[in-house]
Amino acid sequence: MRHFLPESGTLWGNRVMGFVVAVLAGCVLAGCASCAGQPEQPVEVIEDTPPPEVEPAPVEEKPRVDDEGVPYDEDSGRPLSRVVHFDFDLAVLRPADIRVLEQHAAFLSTARDRSIAVEGHCDERGTRDYNLALGERRANAVVEFLTTSGVHQSQIADVVSYGEEQPVDVGSNEEAWAKNRRAVIVYQ
Amino acid sequence: MNIPKLPLKLWLWAASIIAAPASALDTIIIDQGYDDPTRIAVVPFETLDSTDAGIAQIVSFDLARSGQFDPLPRENMLSSPARAEDVFFRDWRILGIEYVVIGRLRKQPNGDLSVAYHLLDVFNERELTTRRIGARASELRDVAHSISDDVYEHITGIRGAFSTKLLYVLAKNAGTSYATYELKLADSDGARPRTLFESTEPLLSSSWAPDGKRVAYVSFESGRPAIVIQDIATGSRSRVAEYKGLNSAPVFSPDGNRLALVLSRDGNAEIYVKDLVSGELRRITRYPSAIDTEPTWTRDGTGLIFTSDRGGRPQIYRMDLTNSMVERLTFEGDYNARARLLPDGENLVYVHRRGRTYHIAWQNLVRDDGVRVLTATSLDESPSIAPNGRMLIYATQVGGRGILAVVSIDGRVKYRLPSAEGDVREPAWSPYMDTFSPGT
Repeated sequence: MRHFLPESGTLWGNRVMGFVVAVLAGCVLAGCASCAGQPEQPVEVIEDTPPPEVEPAPVEEKPRVDDEGVPYDEDSGRPLSRVVHFDFDLAVLRPADIRVLEQHAAFLSTARDRSIAVEGHCDERGTRDYNLALGERRANAVVEFLTTSGVHQSQIADVVSYGEEQPVDVGSNEEAWAKNRRAVIVYQ
Repeated sequence: MNIPKLPLKLWLWAASIIAAPASALDTIIIDQGYDDPTRIAVVPFETLDSTDAGIAQIVSFDLARSGQFDPLPRENMLSSPARAEDVFFRDWRILGIEYVVIGRLRKQPNGDLSVAYHLLDVFNERELTTRRIGARASELRDVAHSISDDVYEHITGIRGAFSTKLLYVLAKNAGTSYATYELKLADSDGARPRTLFESTEPLLSSSWAPDGKRVAYVSFESGRPAIVIQDIATGSRSRVAEYKGLNSAPVFSPDGNRLALVLSRDGNAEIYVKDLVSGELRRITRYPSAIDTEPTWTRDGTGLIFTSDRGGRPQIYRMDLTNSMVERLTFEGDYNARARLLPDGENLVYVHRRGRTYHIAWQNLVRDDGVRVLTATSLDESPSIAPNGRMLIYATQVGGRGILAVVSIDGRVKYRLPSAEGDVREPAWSPYMDTFSPGT
């Protein structure tokens, strides 16, 4: 197999289920709090915190995005990285990039009106036309992961390989090459 | 007779004055290769207005670049004859010179040029050839290269390729938001470059039609790759492939009527052939999990040689188009790609990885006697062969800059064509195009 397929469905499924469970729990709590005759909640605790969410569980609310429409990372609070990297001559997703791709997939699965293009890139070694094809294979590895994680094919607006033509680092060394072997998600 | 060999720095100097424009490629001879190059004297051509137009210098430099000749510097010449009857063979024999080229340049009242020259065999004291060429004033360099071709062929028996052109891409500020890419056309010595097309997006994979009148290349001008065919004389361009996904590696068939190309419209990189007359597109390779790319035609146009990683690593294969039979051609090393056939149809050159470096290598397909590495730099790619099969040009990096380099097919002669600015890459050596050749 060329593409890394973690127990991706399982991993992703677990995360989503976790999210759904939390949301449901929030609903139940909110519902209970509004019920007459229920035991009072400790008032002091509530007053200690900033104004509470009157309407928790933003099920219908769109996830937050930055100015360029890139969703935020749930872990870091920063916009999600849009770049994943590859080993030399390979188009296999690295385990370290799976979490980020899962979050892109989760976002796109809730924001069906959003679409992306995926670019594939290579380092300068090897021949240019082979690298164009290798870059496409890298971009396709990302697309395949996203679409098997719930993103609709119609949300993949474009897949473009630039091969070795657009390095982010023009150096001729391992460090530069590692940066250049990449796929980039571009929100449309 | 002890004749000092021409010092390298003299050739550097010669190159710098010949390839004058700032954007031209310089030519720097690295290794002249042969132990006993033919000693020739190209005497400065006689002119009436004493403006030495430089024909003799261009011819000398052409011959020196071949590695097979050691032209005599003009300051070492004992006389400067311009007519056959003025040549004293003894003068040249003393200097150890085997052949002498003499000539005259005249300007016509309308500005046209008239050039006459003779090639003389010193030891046998006879004339090997003489020719008179009429040309426009702008064609002085073409005349000089044509003389070089003629001299080279009369002495070596091999057709000269000095009148050919080079196609290449000049990239400036690649990897930045203000990058520019120019498709350039220059003489075989790097002189007289002109821009065929310029874009802020990448250009690559240039190749020649066999008639030398059209070129095909990949342009990202629309933001995605498309294959363009451009007419050199008129500049008119047509996009012949702009399918979803990859559009890359165009190569004209030997008859010029078909274009082999690489598309991924059916899922992954596969080789197709487009009939340029009917527009019909035919899929050639069918290997869904593999990259098939970088096609090149066999000499008779009935087969394609291409790169494929169907075996796990990129290797070179040949397909017979009449029966779709595929055979693997390379077995040494784990990266062999971007093959080109020599005109004899028997010898293959390609990019070969050895350890961590990428070299140009060649192998004979008939003898099957192993792989020979031709180059010593580490990021060599895009080999393209001169039409006479003597030399090949390729792209490499020296000092972090992309340059072009030429190596003789036996690996003994090497010269470099760095650009004064930017990175040069993706060279393609033209077919024969001597417009003054007696045969055309």
